[in-house]
Amino acid sequence: MSETYNRGTVEDVGRWTEFSAGMWAWIFHKFTGWVLVGYLFTHIAVLSTATASDPTVYNQTLSGLESLLVVRILEVGLLAVAVFHILNGIRLLLVDLGIGLQAQDKSFYASLILTGAIAVASVPTFLAGAF
Amino acid sequence: MAEHYSSFDRSGRRWLLQRLTAVFLIGTLAFHFFLLHFVNHAAEIEFAGTQARMSEVGYFSLMVLFLVAATFHGVNGVYNALVNMGLEGTRKRVVGGVLAFSGVLLIAQGIRVAFAMAGVI
Ligand code: HEM
Ligand code: HEM
Repeated sequence: MSETYNRGTVEDVGRWTEFSAGMWAWIFHKFTGWVLVGYLFTHIAVLSTATASDPTVYNQTLSGLESLLVVRILEVGLLAVAVFHILNGIRLLLVDLGIGLQAQDKSFYASLILTGAIAVASVPTFLAGAF
Repeated sequence: MAEHYSSFDRSGRRWLLQRLTAVFLIGTLAFHFFLLHFVNHAAEIEFAGTQARMSEVGYFSLMVLFLVAATFHGVNGVYNALVNMGLEGTRKRVVGGVLAFSGVLLIAQGIRVAFAMAGVI
């Protein structure tokens, strides 16, 4: 169950060296969540400007973006961010249901490692043809 | 280790809706990445493919639901984080209004684009 704690001091970022695994999980989850909403707004904006009565606009916009190496690298980053948010999110849902309360640290580390592995494994697919 | 950090008040409606949309998003977001990066490589997406997918009622509805759920989850998450950090009173109402309005706009625009992609408008 949750413990009460003094938010004023525990969440003071200046004390990051003292953070526990749970604190890092919380910070990473926030960070990835905000990146995802930011991406969603951008995503709809890009799709909106690309979708015109002339389909070549769409094709040129998307292939133009995909031909940039930065975009490809950012996409790997986005995948990593999404995968972490999903895995850690599932972990939070389970914790809320009271499942795995004893293994919270371990499941957080597992989320991190799995995220890293999936991101690395996706690099060939994501960067194919970018050079 | 029993400590557990959350920005949400676990008895609230925001908390519950955040969890419900999360469960739905697990499937849709994973599907979206899988379809548009691994089945169809992102660099090879063409309008014809998008139009073909969006012309199917099932896919179209799934995308619109995904849009609504993701927008709600994202905007609710941001709002909750700000409330958790101590946003109160008039500022809380103004921020809430602005966020709700942006969410509605995003959904409206997303649905418009979805129809345009399907070739309906
Ligand atoms: C870099 C990875 C991504 C790529 C390449 C991508 C690509 C696309 C494309 C091409 C479409 C048009 C539909 C189609 O062709 O089937 C689409 C729609 C959509 N995407 Fe993504 N997407 C990505 C990541 C995301 C993420 C992370 C989210 C959620 C935060 C998201 C949310 C949506 C939504 C809600 C729609 C429906 C839009 C509408 O109904 O107007 N996408 N995406
Ligand atoms: C794919 C499955 C997803 C799962 C399982 C999930 C799960 C969660 C959970 C459980 C929380 C609450 C964290 C807490 O108690 O503090 C949360 C917060 C959040 N999520 Fe997600 N989420 C998912 C997808 C998304 C998407 C697509 C977006 C963006 C559109 C997003 C944006 C956010 C934001 C902004 C927060 C608030 C972060 C904060 O407290 O600052 N999530 N998510």
